[in-house]
Amino acid sequence: MRDILYLAWRYLMRHRVLTVILVVAITLIVFLPVGLRVLVMQSEQELTTRAAATPLILGQKGSPLELALVTLYFAADTPPSLPYAECERVANDRLATAIPMHLRFRARQQPIIGTSLDYFDLRGLDVAEGRQLAVLGDCVVGATAARKLGVTVGDHVISSPENVFDIAGVYPLKMPVVGVLARNHTPDDDAVFVDLKTTWVIEGLGHGHQDMSRPEAAAGVLKREGSTVIANASVVQYNEITARNMDSFHFHGDLGVFPIQAVIAVPHDEKSSALLQGRYLGDEERVQVIRPLEVMTELLDTVLTVQTYVVTAVVIVGLATLATAILVIVLSLRLRRAEIATMNRIGGARTRVLAILTAEVVVVVGLGVLAAAGLTGLTAAYGSLIIKALILA
Amino acid sequence: MDSTRPAITINDLDFRYREGAFRLRVPSLTVAQGETVAVIGPSGTGKTTLLNLIAGVSVPEAGAIDVAGVDIAKLGDAARRAHRIRHIGLVFQEFELISYLDVLDNVLLPYRLDPELKLDTTARSRAVDLIADVGLADKHHRPVTRLSQGERQRVAIARSLVTGASMLLADEPTGNLDPRNKTKILDLLFDQVSARGVTLVAVTHDHGLLDRFDRVIDFETLEVTP
Repeated sequence: MRDILYLAWRYLMRHRVLTVILVVAITLIVFLPVGLRVLVMQSEQELTTRAAATPLILGQKGSPLELALVTLYFAADTPPSLPYAECERVANDRLATAIPMHLRFRARQQPIIGTSLDYFDLRGLDVAEGRQLAVLGDCVVGATAARKLGVTVGDHVISSPENVFDIAGVYPLKMPVVGVLARNHTPDDDAVFVDLKTTWVIEGLGHGHQDMSRPEAAAGVLKREGSTVIANASVVQYNEITARNMDSFHFHGDLGVFPIQAVIAVPHDEKSSALLQGRYLGDEERVQVIRPLEVMTELLDTVLTVQTYVVTAVVIVGLATLATAILVIVLSLRLRRAEIATMNRIGGARTRVLAILTAEVVVVVGLGVLAAAGLTGLTAAYGSLIIKALILA
Repeated sequence: MDSTRPAITINDLDFRYREGAFRLRVPSLTVAQGETVAVIGPSGTGKTTLLNLIAGVSVPEAGAIDVAGVDIAKLGDAARRAHRIRHIGLVFQEFELISYLDVLDNVLLPYRLDPELKLDTTARSRAVDLIADVGLADKHHRPVTRLSQGERQRVAIARSLVTGASMLLADEPTGNLDPRNKTKILDLLFDQVSARGVTLVAVTHDHGLLDRFDRVIDFETLEVTP
């Protein structure tokens, strides 16, 4: 057997270009339908698992898919805001646990998620290092986000300005990292979590500054009208929330009108779920309620339909390629008639000569299948990244 | 090998191709062990056919061909192939080397084609010695496509002798060579068969070489039809 494989290998090595072309062709014939299937199965799992664990999402009326993608995967453009009062409305109805989601900001490429501690319970997120969010300004980072941002407990994360040319826009907030989450292989690994109010501070709806009643702040006073102090532009505003300046942070106006992008509602039971959804059915209602699983299933149906067409096309191309590969092998056998005759004439057994020729085909097919298996393995390993790149991004 | 027994004994040989009218009859022919025999005659008279019959490549309709003590006419295809690869070396006019193998691998080819021939260090060192004997000592790993015509025929001769064959059948071994190489290859062939006591049956058209053979079989003296 070793001699058969040796002779087959010598032939293939002598005709490297032909061998590589055949191996690549077979790799593609095998990998494309299998890899695509693996990818679709993974995307099915990836998309439905998280969606199934999220009963209802409330958001401003618009694209249900966009609302689901941004709330579940922190992908897609930020949807229109809805007032925080909608979250309180759900909570006050006592039909569901309401988890606010503020999804607008980023720290470099990592999303900053403003939410409540209920979110961590919903997703089963555990703190691997440090502690959970406790005070305004704290942040807890996912495992991947910690690696990408190069931070650990005790370091700081700075929110990224949305637009460097908008000097009246959002200013960066320096937030201490108080915890790093255990990896759970979901988009949560990529996120930076803060308390909802911290995102409002980033947004400029809450702020901290010098105490204007103190003598050293006198230069910053523009006008005093009774108990109201109007400061001028020289007043020192804080871009970091510390134990010393925390008390100076405050919000102007009604928190109920402050923006959030979504509310995850976890109904207490089926009846509560039905009642809650019913309340948002009216045409005059500006808020929509979506069932993420239904939305993602609809998306998958589209993907599966596309997959069927793609697989059909791939199979047709694959068959054509296979036919070409067979033709190449048959033609090469015709060109090698003299060589085969030599082996026969010096006394090589027919079965032996046939085995050498078969071994060449087996080696080529084997290498192609191995390469396809490797690519399929890579697809399985990095499928979630591919899904993010293809579907979510 | 019994040195007193003839290397080849042919009796009442009758052969014809399935298609065509060609027929070869050899009533009787004996070649002694270690004898060198030239086979001459006009084209189409059956010289190569005779070599093929002795080698077991072709099978006669009737008669006996005793080669190295075995009547190969009675053997099946697989047994004839096995007998050939182990006992008979073949040298062809067109060299018939395997283009994708180097010199050493071409010489060792019979070992790779027959699992009964053990490709061990002894076989390898024999191949290396043979390559040196035919004057290609520094070219073991050179692809045969990069050799001259004369060098290729040297590789073919080394391949024909590597299994320790007792008989060498050469079909116009110098037919494709220039005069200078022709003499060299023939010298080499005779040196090797003489050193090893190998029987040589060679088809040739070159009458100038006949005096180097022990015996000449002229096909015009055999009964050949048409």
